[in-house]
Amino acid sequence: MLEIEDLSVSIGGKQILKDVNLRIGPGETHALFGPNGTGKTTLLNAIAGIPRYAVDSGKIIFKGMDITQMPMDERAKLGIGMAFQRPPAIRGLRLKDLIKIINPQADAAAILKKMDFDAFGEREVNRGFSGGEVKRSEMVQLLAQQPDLVMLDEPDSGVDLENIKLIGGAINQLTQKDIRPSSRTKSGIIITHFGHILEYMKTDRAHVMVGGSIVCSGNPSEILEQIKKSGYEGCVACLCPA
Amino acid sequence: MPLPSIEERAKTAKEKKALYGVDVDLESYESEASPHGTIERAEDLPEEVKKAALDVGVKLDKETSGAYVQMDQTPVHTRSLFEGVEVLDTATALKKYDYLQDYWWKLVAPDADKYVADVARSPPAGYFIRAKKGMKTVFPVKSCLYLGSTNLNQRVHNIIIAEEGSELHVITGCTTPAHVQRGLHIGVSEFFIKKGAHVSFTMIHSWGKEVDVRPRTGIVIEEGGSLSNNYICLRPVKTLQMFPTATLAGRGAVASFNTVIYSTMGNIDVGSNVNLNAPETSAESISRVVSVGGEVIARGRMTGRVPGARAHLECVGLLLSDKGRIYSIPELDGQSKDLDMSHEAAVGRISEEELEYLMARGLTSEQATSVIVRGFLDVEIKGLPEDLKQEIKNITQREDLKGS
Repeated sequence: MLEIEDLSVSIGGKQILKDVNLRIGPGETHALFGPNGTGKTTLLNAIAGIPRYAVDSGKIIFKGMDITQMPMDERAKLGIGMAFQRPPAIRGLRLKDLIKIINPQADAAAILKKMDFDAFGEREVNRGFSGGEVKRSEMVQLLAQQPDLVMLDEPDSGVDLENIKLIGGAINQLTQKDIRPSSRTKSGIIITHFGHILEYMKTDRAHVMVGGSIVCSGNPSEILEQIKKSGYEGCVACLCPA
Repeated sequence: MPLPSIEERAKTAKEKKALYGVDVDLESYESEASPHGTIERAEDLPEEVKKAALDVGVKLDKETSGAYVQMDQTPVHTRSLFEGVEVLDTATALKKYDYLQDYWWKLVAPDADKYVADVARSPPAGYFIRAKKGMKTVFPVKSCLYLGSTNLNQRVHNIIIAEEGSELHVITGCTTPAHVQRGLHIGVSEFFIKKGAHVSFTMIHSWGKEVDVRPRTGIVIEEGGSLSNNYICLRPVKTLQMFPTATLAGRGAVASFNTVIYSTMGNIDVGSNVNLNAPETSAESISRVVSVGGEVIARGRMTGRVPGARAHLECVGLLLSDKGRIYSIPELDGQSKDLDMSHEAAVGRISEEELEYLMARGLTSEQATSVIVRGFLDVEIKGLPEDLKQEIKNITQREDLKGS
């Protein structure tokens, strides 16, 4: 599904990512851990194709196609979807209208209901939403978009436990965790700091990013446990010694 | 010594330039238009007039409490369709009601500037709308001012009287058909909102690239009365200048002005001027301007003269081209203690972040820009019946609004 080869990315001339390599197969969902400011969001934004994120070297291959230079709306149409960490509010655009713009065939009422978000369909996108409401708004939009690769940038930050469960369920649906692994075609990648959400969703593999590079990969629960026990550096030293 | 007559006062202002706006040479326009015949039934209006009226939100259907259509200088169709509302053309109304002299030219001075003076020196044409005491309807009075002859100086003088405790909604569409190359529209309006009356007045303009427009409006609101004034102009115009003035004269009077402009060319100078002269009055003025070309001056002036008056101004502009200019001029004039007056003004571009957010959902850059611009112009208008609100929304949403 997604292959990232030796990817280096800079913002405004400052290098953030250095030689990142990552492979996410069809039907797989990966977790991405790492300290603040280490480049996790940059990686997702670069995959999404936000123009400020300049690819200095390396390649992003999606569904066998080199999309490194592809405009972001084309990447979205090709099947890349993203839940933003801090999405902007859009004045005058109602959430239910945005759902219809994203996917004219989508059943807006059903999607809103699924996220227990019925009352927000008439509201302007993200305007005056609380932290948790913003995250549900993101999930609503992704459920309309039905991407093949869903990228989730801290979908659980600022969310209460009950809604974490709801968001986890939506992620499982987007990544087809309700069907058997061999039939799954949709993939995901999630950035999370707390791991609560991982109790409600299934992940197949996890990576630790430090200083703009992926330094360790492995089983999600093992890695999370090590991070909780000995911090990011300790985790890397223990599981993936240089 | 007797007071000078309206005509005498108008005569003195023949050369008087307006305070704001580009100066228009009145001599370059014709003041005589061939008269049109009266049209009894709305469905018998010429097709192009009906089409143009629809285009500016004027649908003369059953949900109409009164109708007024003026073609060039002729009121061709005037109807009162609800017992609580009376619609006449002003010439007829002046003959019918002697008391109208107490209202005629009382809120707009006939010598205010040369445009007003030109109207004052012409035979009266325009609508007289009266909402009778205590009578309320959510169905709007619909009027269309149609400038259908090239090079004509169309002069209109309107009067609205909302009697005590009444509720009145008016939608006015002012328009020129595509074949009219050049024209001038001067519209004088005087609105009297009596004790406890509620009025919404919505004006939608759709002019041509060579049309000059000079509305002149005076409004007085008595105790407990309210006005929701909405102005929408999304199509090209050569020059447009107006600065409607509302005086909140009675305790608790409320005025709200909403202005929505999408400019592609020309020179637009619009705003509202509110005098808060009585206790517990409040006023709000919100303008949203998008320019992809042309100059827009967005004014707002609030003058608070008594303690406890509250006023808020908001001028926000999106400038999407180097060829455009948005000049925002909010003015607050406090003349008493214990006032609460505020303003916010901002001129900027579309946020990259919003654009990228929508593009991440698969919208092209053009689609995302259009969605953001429409959203920006979608002002939440209070005090209007749902249908009228929807109609206005339809108008702001249907236009092909692009970035530069």
